Amino acid sequence: MIIKRASDLKYSDVTPKSVYLNRRKFLATAAVGGGALLAGRAVWDLLSPSTRAAAATQLSVALKSPFSTTEPETSYDDVTHYNNFYEFGTDKADPAKNAQNFLTSPWSVKVDGEVERPRKFSMDEIFKLAPLEERIYRHRCVEGWSIVVPWIGYSLSVIANLVQPKPTAKFVAFESYYSPNQMPLGQKAGIQLPYAEGLRLDEAMNPLTLVCVGMYGGTLPNQDGAPVRMVIPWKYGFKSIKSIVRIKFVKDQPPSTWNIQNSHEYGFYSNVNPNVDHPRWSQAKERRLGEFFKRPTLMFNGYGDQVASMYAGMDLRKYF
Amino acid sequence: MNSILTSKWSKVFVFLLALTPAAMLAWQLFTGHLGPDPVATLQHGTGDWTLRFLIFTLFITPLRKMLKLPQLIRFRRMLGLFAFFYVCLHFLTYLGPDQSFDFAGMLKDVGKRPFITVGFAGFVLLIPLAITSTAGMIRRMGGKRWRILHRLVYVTAILGVIHYYWLVKSDHRKPLTYGAFVAALLLWRAGAWIVDRRKRKVAGSVPVAEPPTAETA
Repeated sequence: MIIKRASDLKYSDVTPKSVYLNRRKFLATAAVGGGALLAGRAVWDLLSPSTRAAAATQLSVALKSPFSTTEPETSYDDVTHYNNFYEFGTDKADPAKNAQNFLTSPWSVKVDGEVERPRKFSMDEIFKLAPLEERIYRHRCVEGWSIVVPWIGYSLSVIANLVQPKPTAKFVAFESYYSPNQMPLGQKAGIQLPYAEGLRLDEAMNPLTLVCVGMYGGTLPNQDGAPVRMVIPWKYGFKSIKSIVRIKFVKDQPPSTWNIQNSHEYGFYSNVNPNVDHPRWSQAKERRLGEFFKRPTLMFNGYGDQVASMYAGMDLRKYF
Repeated sequence: MNSILTSKWSKVFVFLLALTPAAMLAWQLFTGHLGPDPVATLQHGTGDWTLRFLIFTLFITPLRKMLKLPQLIRFRRMLGLFAFFYVCLHFLTYLGPDQSFDFAGMLKDVGKRPFITVGFAGFVLLIPLAITSTAGMIRRMGGKRWRILHRLVYVTAILGVIHYYWLVKSDHRKPLTYGAFVAALLLWRAGAWIVDRRKRKVAGSVPVAEPPTAETA
């Protein structure tokens, strides 16, 4: 059937003739607009001063680790304003805002389980268990972005050697701090809290596995996992558990948060692997923060020389 | 109210308002205020606004009937075209930074990832609607066929919500909010259709043919 009546919409209604700019007017507008853009930028900078955490204390770093990459570091501002820390909100910008008043002192880490000498370490002790090293690691998120961060800490084996794991210890379980009072948004995160992670004992003892107490020369900002976190550079970022209160050596493979959330998508191992895709997206490429196009993701995030032997003979499609 | 709605300036106003999110994103892009991952901010921003404009578009018919403001129809095409505008930008942020403008690679990705398949399908379904949005096309197609074709927007809205839901890792509050709006707006239409059919039955076994206009879709 043909509509005889014309539609009441005309293009001239959308853009009145007076707005069809002639060329000269357009150029003038563009010039004014450009000026406004520059002025606006200055105003914007005034209105939103960098929210760089003022609390970071300088740490004296005794040595620069040979494990460090020479790739350019991601800016401090990006690493502190693009965080997955669901206890403080699920948006990347949330933790920088909501973790400001997170109380991280007093703090202690209980280390127990299948060990000869279980004990509790105060934060003061943790800072002094070994000379602090700076390690510049690549950090690859399961979501497909990556950063390069100068972390500060020492290998987890330092703590393991102090508590002396028994022969029955086969895995290590980590637990984050969780308090609904301090972290009210945790209830809306959609994941089970407190956050839990785990490693096989040999992974935990690998020298790359870092107990991290700082970054960029200072202590950890709250949103990056203060006061102490793990960094496991050949695994997806969510394995690098933040704000740890307990390390337990155990007999069996421990539960881990994202694996509980969706075991089909997040495996216990979660080694960075460009050949095994996440069920919903490709893992072949990643976007380094600050870059426009994606770059290829490296097997074991480029740490194959140090870690590949631990997985010799394993089907990494099955144990993803 | 009537004179405000029918004033030609009201359209200019809505047009500029609808352009504001894009202008804000462009502004933030050029001033470097899109955050640590500007591409992700653009992808999420344009995706959000696509869903919002689809919902605004779907709001027009219920609002004009419930508020008895038929003049609201003047804004529907513009809002629909803005949904298309934002989905085009959204698609470009995927084709460009994510796929490096590699069309073959992009199509492979579309086939492989259900959430991208669904999003891409929703985008493709909007293309014929944008093309046939002119008064001339409505005339050429005829109101009835045009209305049937443009019901594809319901499918796109549903696909858009699924696309977003499947993308999220654990916190589904936002996609579920969009989903609730789309569900309510589609249910309203289903309800209106049933009521309408009953009325016609009561009126007599011979349905009274209403003169179709572009307004009744």
